[in-house]
Amino acid sequence: MGAVTTAPGTREITGSGKPSRRTGSPGWRTFRYAVLLASLLLVLIPVYVLFVTSFKGIGDASPSRTWFFPQAWTVENWAEAWEALSPALIRSFAMVIPAAVLSSLLGSMNGFVLSRWRFPHANLVFTLILFGMFIPYQAVMIPLVQLMIDINVPNGIPSLILLHVVYGIPICTLIFRNYYETVPMELIESARVDGAGMLRTYFSVVLPISIPSFVVVLLWQFTSAWNDFLFAVFFSTANNGPVTMALNNLANGAMLSNYGVSMAGALIASLPTLLVYVLLGRYFVGGLMAGSVKG
Amino acid sequence: MTRVRSWIPGLLLISPSLLLLGVFVYGFIGLSFRESLTDKHTAAQATGRDEVGFVGLSNYTELLASPAFQHSLRNLVIFTVVFLLGTLIIGFCWAWVLERPIKGEGIFRSVYLFPMAVSFVASGVVWKWLLNSNVGEQASGLNRLFQMTGLGFLQNEWWTNPRYGILAIALPAIWQLSGYVMALFLAGFRGIPDELREAARVDGASELQLYRHVVFPQLSPVALSALIIIGHMSLKSFDLIMSIANQSAYSTKVPAIDMYNFATIYDYANSAAVGVILLVLVALAVVPYLWYDARARKRG
Repeated sequence: MGAVTTAPGTREITGSGKPSRRTGSPGWRTFRYAVLLASLLLVLIPVYVLFVTSFKGIGDASPSRTWFFPQAWTVENWAEAWEALSPALIRSFAMVIPAAVLSSLLGSMNGFVLSRWRFPHANLVFTLILFGMFIPYQAVMIPLVQLMIDINVPNGIPSLILLHVVYGIPICTLIFRNYYETVPMELIESARVDGAGMLRTYFSVVLPISIPSFVVVLLWQFTSAWNDFLFAVFFSTANNGPVTMALNNLANGAMLSNYGVSMAGALIASLPTLLVYVLLGRYFVGGLMAGSVKG
Repeated sequence: MTRVRSWIPGLLLISPSLLLLGVFVYGFIGLSFRESLTDKHTAAQATGRDEVGFVGLSNYTELLASPAFQHSLRNLVIFTVVFLLGTLIIGFCWAWVLERPIKGEGIFRSVYLFPMAVSFVASGVVWKWLLNSNVGEQASGLNRLFQMTGLGFLQNEWWTNPRYGILAIALPAIWQLSGYVMALFLAGFRGIPDELREAARVDGASELQLYRHVVFPQLSPVALSALIIIGHMSLKSFDLIMSIANQSAYSTKVPAIDMYNFATIYDYANSAAVGVILLVLVALAVVPYLWYDARARKRG
């Protein structure tokens, strides 16, 4: 079976393991817990550092104190980071929401046609669309830079919305197509027999059962556009770009960087995607499983 | 009224997407390639004030012959190999120990996977601190942690090492993506029918034989997906390097950084050439994969 198109859905991994399976000997169980806990600690090291450092004041600047709790907890770093990042946070939302909505609508229509309202060579067209998901955007960047100047799309959020919509189409199409493949053809046929045209079938039969896929796709697009840095660095500045640009400027900009402020900033900038992950992790995993990641 | 061929409306519905992707993916790849065949190396040429000439493939031959670009390619190879091995091994092990029911499974899984939700720019902030190259009295980050835990001999200069600095960047990359590979493998494990294992056990297969003849073959499509996904991400690596080192650090330079640096000095020809080289590298891995996938789909 195809690897991209038949990537497993969310249920298989989010449901707990099958109870019928043997859980193994006590020794094996201890070993498993040892591995799991050690890994847990290692994975959480950066989180500990972020959290602790973000609450440290000047008094904790000595390298010998780096791994300890602050001597005096302070929220100054958070206040400073918030001031530096909040305009960019708003811009990020203004970029990500329209980008996610538009690309998922397009992806839904594409997915429907490519699986349930096929035309000749639909499979070839689908493969050509999928290729767009893997290309390094470096390979289209120079013409893009020139295009944005030529067609006068203002630098900053408007350019970025356009880019995230267009380059989001392949992954959105893939996720919806995989989902619609599971919709029984009889459902489509019966709508057709009832005289419904393509649009009627799409809007009254397919779209209403697409909500779970929309959640997956919207979250996926939200996260990848929110976390994007490559397009941001080419098409915006710290003053008109998304929060990744502002954070990079805060942490690596001309000013002498203060780790406490940068770390508070990193936490603030990650909060929306982390919240999404915590609250809707199941769907988030669904996006991951669809077989793609954008770097 | 004659009946319109029923598939035409479908094609119409998706034509806006096809048009956009045709231009923004295939059209622009073509334009990049054309750009890379010119001598557009200055701002005056980029803005049309000076003339641009056609130079054939000479940008490619010069890039590939230059020690600086060879260094980038070498870094890219080292990074990709380590990133792939790291995420595949760790991801597989996590999936392997989580595969059968265990208390707290949900927590472990969520924690391993969460770094994936964070941007490379944000994780770069903390990893820059962890990978601080100071040693001895001034050490902080991981070097300080090594001192405190009696592992002082492990202290090193991390990403500032001129030969192997790129390995230090692989560390956060592995941290961020191992959970994803785990999720893929876990789905693969759970997709193996119980009956298959039971049948093998009934036939007297040992645990080892069970893995060799039943589990691994069933997991190979998942492993291939992981390989392609992590591999193509690795070739495009940019954000992490920008936020931990920066674009001017020679030790951690990769082609994506070169591409950006050429663009900032308006050397569009070389910038486009590096982009095309990256595309070729990605295509070498992805095109056979998509082809295989398309054939599998045809067979159903």
